[in-house]
Amino acid sequence: MQKEKKIKSISYAKWGYIFILPFFLTYFIFSLIPLFDTIRNSFYEYYTSGLKVIGPKWVGFQNYISLLSADLPKYAWNTFVMWVLGFVPQIVIALLLASWFTNNRMKIRGKQFFKVVIYLPNLIMASAFAMLFFALFSNAGPVNGILKGLGIISEPIRFMESTLGARTLVALMNFLMWFGNTTIMLMAAIMGINPSVFEAAELDGCTNSQKFFRITLPQIKPLLTYTLITSLIGGLQMFDVPQILTNGQGAPDRTTMTLIMFLNNHLKSKNYGMAGALSMYLFVISGILCYFVFKINMDKDPDGSRSAAKKARKLAKKGGQA
Amino acid sequence: MKKRILSLALTAGMMLGLLSGCGGGGDSKTDGEVAGEEGKVVNIYVWNQEFQKKFNAYYPEVEKTSNDLSVTYLKDGTEVHWTINPNQDGVYQQKLDEALANQGSAAADDKIDIFLAEADYVMKYTDPEVGAVATMSSLGISKEDVPNQYEYTLQAVTGSDGEIRGLSYQATPGMFVYRRSIAKAVLGTDDPDTVYQAVSDWDKFDETAYKMKDAGYYMVSGRADTYRVFSNNVSAPWVDGNKVKVDPNLMKWVEQSKRYTDEGLNHKVGGQWIDEWNKDMSADAKVFGFFLPAWGLGVCIEPNVAGSSAAEDWAACASPQPFYWGGTWLLAAEGSDNPEHVKDILLKMTSDTEILKKMAKEDNDMTNDQPLMEELAKSPDFASKILGGQNHLAVLTEVAANIDLSNISPYDQGCTEEFQNVFGDYFNGKIDLEKAKANFETAIVERYPELSGGVEWP
Repeated sequence: MQKEKKIKSISYAKWGYIFILPFFLTYFIFSLIPLFDTIRNSFYEYYTSGLKVIGPKWVGFQNYISLLSADLPKYAWNTFVMWVLGFVPQIVIALLLASWFTNNRMKIRGKQFFKVVIYLPNLIMASAFAMLFFALFSNAGPVNGILKGLGIISEPIRFMESTLGARTLVALMNFLMWFGNTTIMLMAAIMGINPSVFEAAELDGCTNSQKFFRITLPQIKPLLTYTLITSLIGGLQMFDVPQILTNGQGAPDRTTMTLIMFLNNHLKSKNYGMAGALSMYLFVISGILCYFVFKINMDKDPDGSRSAAKKARKLAKKGGQA
Repeated sequence: MKKRILSLALTAGMMLGLLSGCGGGGDSKTDGEVAGEEGKVVNIYVWNQEFQKKFNAYYPEVEKTSNDLSVTYLKDGTEVHWTINPNQDGVYQQKLDEALANQGSAAADDKIDIFLAEADYVMKYTDPEVGAVATMSSLGISKEDVPNQYEYTLQAVTGSDGEIRGLSYQATPGMFVYRRSIAKAVLGTDDPDTVYQAVSDWDKFDETAYKMKDAGYYMVSGRADTYRVFSNNVSAPWVDGNKVKVDPNLMKWVEQSKRYTDEGLNHKVGGQWIDEWNKDMSADAKVFGFFLPAWGLGVCIEPNVAGSSAAEDWAACASPQPFYWGGTWLLAAEGSDNPEHVKDILLKMTSDTEILKKMAKEDNDMTNDQPLMEELAKSPDFASKILGGQNHLAVLTEVAANIDLSNISPYDQGCTEEFQNVFGDYFNGKIDLEKAKANFETAIVERYPELSGGVEWP
């Protein structure tokens, strides 16, 4: 009996647990505890004045309320606008490039080379990239210099002093940094489509645009949604580019101030209460978005046929009853 | 069984490796710090290389520097480590505050020994309640050791308990530094006395500004240039209790800057220390003048004109209203492990007449030695090359004797930065005056949550 029991109790699963333990321990110490600390702090008045610490004093939901009545919605809107301005061209160009690169008929030479080149901007640190643009587009910078030299303008264009200019620059940088990454992801998705579908379509005389809109797009829809939502989460955290470009001011008139820049402003005075409350708002929004990503990834049958089948069944049922 | 032990050992090893990073720090201070024994490393926190350069050039104990200049080696083997963080956006203070907060637990060689502070925020650190700065008397420096220093430089760092908490190597009265060639072209002469007549008060300054515009020049570079001249002549500090009070004089600056921007009297440069501002000092720039203290000649103008036709094309006269800008104090951090070195550096760099004389001659700086400055002001062989041989100390000594820092507050840097930023949008026509005021109110509470009493406009 005893022998049998011993054999039964051999379980290799515990080694798995032991080996992932370090991660969970570090996560617990360095992420989870600070997370709960943030939640706790968000209910306190707690900041430093000069070198003096003020608080912590329990204030309930005061921080949350004053954030909403302050400009929080405005900064959320700024963030959203700059994200859209960057994301739309990013997804369009990425789709275009991905379908070109994966099109066997086009025989583009040096594909690998281009793949590397379009990915390169992503390798530069965002802040360095922003510094570069700050120098390029400053009122006395080379872009204005060239335009002036060509006689196109007589007075320098003050890019960073207009809302449109500053927001466009931020969007442009985000676009440049991320379109390569998206292209490569989309290429992987397109290459995952069964080539026989394309062959069959070609035999039936399908044009390139028909192939793109009727086959490629529907087939990569799950990945497109995934890209959209991860980019949205990334966009929510937009910080380094506008921070460096506008010297942390969100100039002009705070129209390029993003949510995280707003958070950073509170951290200057070590205002843990306000910053904590703001983080909680961000946490909830990201949580909701993550839920959607999770749902997409958990969908066992991503091409939609399962849900289609479900619908059909439902319809059939309804039809049967009627 | 063997496998199990092995894997246990491996896991344990991993865990140890993971956690070992956290330990370390605290223990080293137990390494027998006998009182009176000096540490091996002097840590100095600064926001640019200005003081570092002076130190390397003039401090007599300096032996050599490391290639990247981050370490200066002294003759007795002590190393001076420089930590440089930019001033802008409060970065320097953030890093400094963090380090000061950890001062007690830091290893002896990591403790801050000296840090520098500017007039805009020096009060934040010299507050006796904060206890971040050692008093001069605790270092064994008394007022008698620094008899020649300008009184205001001592008063500015004297806490409410009457203790002096810092020493400065410079005096920073301001002057109007203008281009001789433009003065000749527009006003017909570049003689400082005559040019002063054209800028002696704000009405005349305006008149001259319109003349400059008609001749195709700009009076000043941007709104930030005139700011100090107005903000130094306020009647009360920025903050009263938990209320921010905007002085009527600052609204005069707003009014003037708006007009100068709208009518093209200034060059619309958005700030100082930026690329455009620097270019406005170069040979082919069209900007008439800048409001600068003596240090501005060496720090701002010289790098932009060296070797060009404008290298000696400058002159200085008094400004429409007296003002000062900056002023750097050396503060001894509480808890330093090198009190003797700190004392020596502070005394040598701020009150050794020979060193201050060299500093004044070579860097065009106005140093903190009243008799020396007054002597040099009269001396015919003290002349600034940038100013075409003019002796700027003659312009400055009188202003220096009358500098009054009684209206500075610990909030000056934040208030100044935010005020200039939000009104910049107003000058550029992006928002109206009411919106700018509202933006200032938002920005100030964000930066200083304790100033919740609102903003009072004149």
